[in-house]
Amino acid sequence: MELGPYILLASLEGAVTAAVLALTAVGLSLVFGVMRVVNIAHGEFFMLGAVIAWFVAQTVGGHPALGFVAALVIAPLVVGAIAAAADMTILKRIDYDPERTIVATIGLLYIIQQLTLMTYGPEARPVEAPFNQRLAIPWFEWGEEGFEFYFPWGLSTTTYKLAVIGAAGVVLVGVWLMMARTRIGLLMRATQADRDMALAFGIPVERVYALVFGIGAALAALAAVLIVPIQQAHYLMGADPLLLSFIVVIIGGLGSLPGTVVAAIFIGLSDGIISVFFSPTLAKILATLLVGLVLVFRPQGLFGTRAA
Amino acid sequence: MLELDAVNAGYGRAQVLRDLSLKVEAGEILCLLGRNGAGKTTTMQAIMGLLPLMSGRVVLDGTEVSRLPPHEVPRHGIGYIPQGRRLFSGLTVAQNLEIGLRVRGSGKDVLEEVLDLFPRLRERMDQKAQTLSGGEQQMLATARALCLRPKALLLDEPTEGLQPSMIEAIRQVIVKMRAAGVAILLVEQRVDAVLSVADRVAFIENGRNGDVMPAEALRQDHSIVDRYVGV
Ligand SMILES: Nc1ncnc2c1ncn2[C@@H]1O[C@H](COP(=O)(O)OP(=O)(O)OP(=O)(O)O)[C@@H](O)[C@H]1O
Ligand SMILES: [Mg+2]
Repeated sequence: MELGPYILLASLEGAVTAAVLALTAVGLSLVFGVMRVVNIAHGEFFMLGAVIAWFVAQTVGGHPALGFVAALVIAPLVVGAIAAAADMTILKRIDYDPERTIVATIGLLYIIQQLTLMTYGPEARPVEAPFNQRLAIPWFEWGEEGFEFYFPWGLSTTTYKLAVIGAAGVVLVGVWLMMARTRIGLLMRATQADRDMALAFGIPVERVYALVFGIGAALAALAAVLIVPIQQAHYLMGADPLLLSFIVVIIGGLGSLPGTVVAAIFIGLSDGIISVFFSPTLAKILATLLVGLVLVFRPQGLFGTRAA
Repeated sequence: MLELDAVNAGYGRAQVLRDLSLKVEAGEILCLLGRNGAGKTTTMQAIMGLLPLMSGRVVLDGTEVSRLPPHEVPRHGIGYIPQGRRLFSGLTVAQNLEIGLRVRGSGKDVLEEVLDLFPRLRERMDQKAQTLSGGEQQMLATARALCLRPKALLLDEPTEGLQPSMIEAIRQVIVKMRAAGVAILLVEQRVDAVLSVADRVAFIENGRNGDVMPAEALRQDHSIVDRYVGV
């Protein structure tokens, strides 16, 4: 048996994980970077995105693509609005105190989770992909006639998985453009640099915070909508993305968006490859070990700056 | 123009300012003098609304700015040049100035005027703020505050760590602003630098008002300064 095609397959699976992880982790990183708070409920915003996607797809009916596109728009908006409301009613009241915010978002985590269990129920439900053609994975070998392609038996991916990777790339570029090129991105970066000076120069920091918290949650929800045709929606599905996002954000450097994306690709790909050849548990063990090593030897993260 | 009326303020439960009152007229430089830890920076933060007042009021040009949310205080025309510069790091010179311009919707003409005061910044518009030299950073902090066309200007130790030529440049800008009718509250450790520009001097001691007197009186009798500020 040749190893090459299997590594390619594992890398593709890993790239899907990486794409979804990058979106989720960038949301967490944005919130930490600008607001200096840790959002433990981030995984629940992810889960809400998937569950809302299921509701929307059910309601819309018709061709699967219709429901899916509707979910792609509605779920992030609804989740973003819920998060912004949570920011204004809870986090603002406790003055974004770091420790109290952790406790408050743990509370939020259980509230969201249990409300979902009560309304949506304990079942795992799929959302149909808008398109899902099977694509055989090509490989090559040196035969008698030199270089030639063939399709190893039984190895395939789908068009939808490739689309997820592409969509995540587009959204990430969008986030980067927002931060680097727009007025609101400028206000966010100024608030991140110095909250008090932002206030002293007329920036409505409270509104910036609500917006950032909303955008962070909306990114998680968007990631979930993309993955739900592959993974199914379930009320406990938020735990893994939360853990992996934390791993990625710490390795990438707290609050550094490029670092977060690079770390997501690294963790996603290695998770895919290790899961295929060994076991998913080993992949998580190694990732967590890596976080430990980073925290000991490079606490600012691989791409963070010390004085961030 | 800018008036503090019996202000009590502090950090959490630790009170720093006690019944502090000050008054700066338009076109006047009032210098606030006091020892380290007397509460000079705290006074400026209280004016900007960055510290909640326990009691008292801050009034600018007839508006009680201490009743406003903090981000609206600068929109009424208070420019703040904080101790330690506190530029928006990660942002370029141009972006730092843009944030200053946006506060009161100043146009390109204001930016040009400000850049004429600090030509060095014009050559460095695309440089990140944190990579500027100390003197350039102070210029940028000053320029950022001038971009909002302030009615009142708060300067907290603007010459800290600067060489004499740079101190002179900052001094000239302050004098120009006074001539333009801006009310200026200046905190400065270098008493000699202060006495050459100040119109009046107010002493602050443990967060309380000390004497207020014309700078002229101090120029003649230096011993008063030594009593308040020590050596
Ligand atoms: N964030 C803070 N939390 C608690 N106490 C503070 C804080 N900032 C300042 N203080 C205290 O308030 C008092 C006044 O400080 P402030 O910075 O206003 O002094 P200052 O007159 O500006 O001194 P300096 O000349 O050293 O700049 C000091 O006793 C200081 O320890
Ligand atoms: Mg001070």
